[in-house]
Amino acid sequence: MQDNLFVSGHTACAGCGQSMAARIVLNAAGKNTIITNATGCLEVFSTGFPQTAWAVPFIHSLFENSAAVASGVEAGLKHLGIKDRVNVIAQGGDGGTADIGLQALSGMLERGHDVLYVMYDNEAYMNTGIQRSGMTPICAETTTSPAGKRSLGKVRPKKNMAAICAAHGIPYVATASAGYPKDIERKVKKALPIKGPKFMHIFVPCPLGWRHDPSATDKIAKLAVETGLFPVLEYENGEITNVMRFKQLKPLSELLKAQGRFRHLMKESPEAKEALAFLENIVQENIARYKLIKE
Amino acid sequence: MKVFMEGSHAAAEAVKMIKPGVVCAYPITPQTHIVERLSEMVAGGELDAEYVNVESEHSAASVVLGSTAAGARSYTATSSQGLILMSEVLFNIAGMRLPVVLTCVNRALSAPINIWNDHQDSMAVRDSGWIQLYAENNQEVHDLHFAAYKIAEHKDIMLPVMVCMDGFILSHGYEVLDLAEQSQVDKYLPGYKPAYKLDTEDPLTMGLLGSPEVYTETRYAIQKTMDEALALIEKEEREFEKIFNRKQPLLIESYKTEGADKVLIAMGSICGTIKEVVDELRAKGQKVGLVKIVCFRPLPVEKISQALKGVKHIGVLDKAISLGAFGPLHLEISALAQIKNIATQPVSGFIAGLGGRDIRPKTIKEIFSLMDKGAQAASFVDLNKWYKEESPIMVS
Repeated sequence: MQDNLFVSGHTACAGCGQSMAARIVLNAAGKNTIITNATGCLEVFSTGFPQTAWAVPFIHSLFENSAAVASGVEAGLKHLGIKDRVNVIAQGGDGGTADIGLQALSGMLERGHDVLYVMYDNEAYMNTGIQRSGMTPICAETTTSPAGKRSLGKVRPKKNMAAICAAHGIPYVATASAGYPKDIERKVKKALPIKGPKFMHIFVPCPLGWRHDPSATDKIAKLAVETGLFPVLEYENGEITNVMRFKQLKPLSELLKAQGRFRHLMKESPEAKEALAFLENIVQENIARYKLIKE
Repeated sequence: MKVFMEGSHAAAEAVKMIKPGVVCAYPITPQTHIVERLSEMVAGGELDAEYVNVESEHSAASVVLGSTAAGARSYTATSSQGLILMSEVLFNIAGMRLPVVLTCVNRALSAPINIWNDHQDSMAVRDSGWIQLYAENNQEVHDLHFAAYKIAEHKDIMLPVMVCMDGFILSHGYEVLDLAEQSQVDKYLPGYKPAYKLDTEDPLTMGLLGSPEVYTETRYAIQKTMDEALALIEKEEREFEKIFNRKQPLLIESYKTEGADKVLIAMGSICGTIKEVVDELRAKGQKVGLVKIVCFRPLPVEKISQALKGVKHIGVLDKAISLGAFGPLHLEISALAQIKNIATQPVSGFIAGLGGRDIRPKTIKEIFSLMDKGAQAASFVDLNKWYKEESPIMVS
């Protein structure tokens, strides 16, 4: 086994899904890798001056420009004639990627830069204190989408980033979950040799923001996939070529009950029932659209 | 070689000879002619660079940040709203000590939307940690780009440089200029050898989190470098003359300030008009002069103080206004005059030439005539008469 390239000693919370996934991604990529990173938890807990957890070249610039900085790094390496020897991986959280950084990401994909973009999706702005993002699931409670007399949490479903990226006509798009490290590793290794822009959406539980026990990260990361709420799949050249399928899906309530952010849906009220039905409907749509059940 | 050329092409020709590895820009009037010409050069094989067409100025600045960090000399250009959209990244580039060079083709800011020249865009980012150089004419536009890279990449500076040129007046105006020879540029400006870069053989983390324990020191370090850069920039002035056989002032230019009673301070293309007025008034026996500021950041405090020593009436012409206060250059000259104890009278501030309004010799003469008539705080000297009559000026 090779040494970790994302080393211990950083200040991530116990049970942080993002730090687990980032380590798997980087170890799969290997040492000939340059990382660009959006502002967010990952950058903050790993690069407090004068320390760094990164054993590869790493650059953090701003919140919304990880994809653009990566485009520049790639262009610079190309000019220097060394791009073929070096992987460029752009990283960001869900807010930095799907909200404030979506324009820069779209530009990078459209221009065709040879970069793997990895979005670590913990479904809210965790670094600033659990505010709602465009990737927060419907009905989840955050500090800016609280449940209350007139609210059941977030009012709209999350963006489908894999489909948005695939629609750019790029060669490779994948979703993955921190609950399946080998799958992440395989996808990173598959993505990197492909020339051009690649996008990976990795589902990473946040115990603090989702209000679950730090020891439950792995279980929840698996449950999201096993219940059909977060489909794990691959697109190649715009077509879905692989889906993680199950003989039988687990009940959605197992996933929701394990997290405090959905606790308000467990009440006996018509609104809560309606919300649960809406979430269940997302699962049914996923089953139909991605053929999640093994035949 | 003497050529008849517009300012945008004078900039593009200089950039070509500088040989950046990455050129990245987003189109905005009046910057477009520069980047169109550069993209032609790349397409035609004259310039061996990666030309990156981005989806916004925010990304343009981010791309050159990344490419410079990767170790490639990089270039971008913008104007007005584009510079303001970049501003977040501009502060970041300076803080990360990356020697990016940017041409700001100066243009007014919205609203109302206005594509014509003034200095409000570059003045709005004056606190970003970028060195700022202002060109008077197309020769300076050409030459300042060579100096900009030399200064930015100097191992004891490592700060980004913005070359400011007046939109349309210079960018679209044709003048005769002396084009540099490639051999001169190669001699003056060696290839970019960064002291630090993103290198898989020697991993380094850039853009770390700076706690209250270190943040002040990072700011102080830039301030100290800015201060020390003045001497290095002055040295570059001599180096430039030695290699290119022409004088290019890089800090300030004093024009007929000897024995002057009244000196006007200004930046950019308006200095050409002011020189003509100075000649005319001098011929009539009036003791007037001009101090042209080329380097606004770092502000050459000592040089300006020396040039103003003994001058009775000092005036500053700003093509920008810090709304609710004064002209930005006026503020700084006033502070400098007080700190250096050189002013016998308050420094007067005049605002003109906003949003492309021509500043005519008549207005310059009016400014000179007002300079000994009591302090002017932020006097809009070229307001339309109908507006002046209807509403009195708030600050005058």
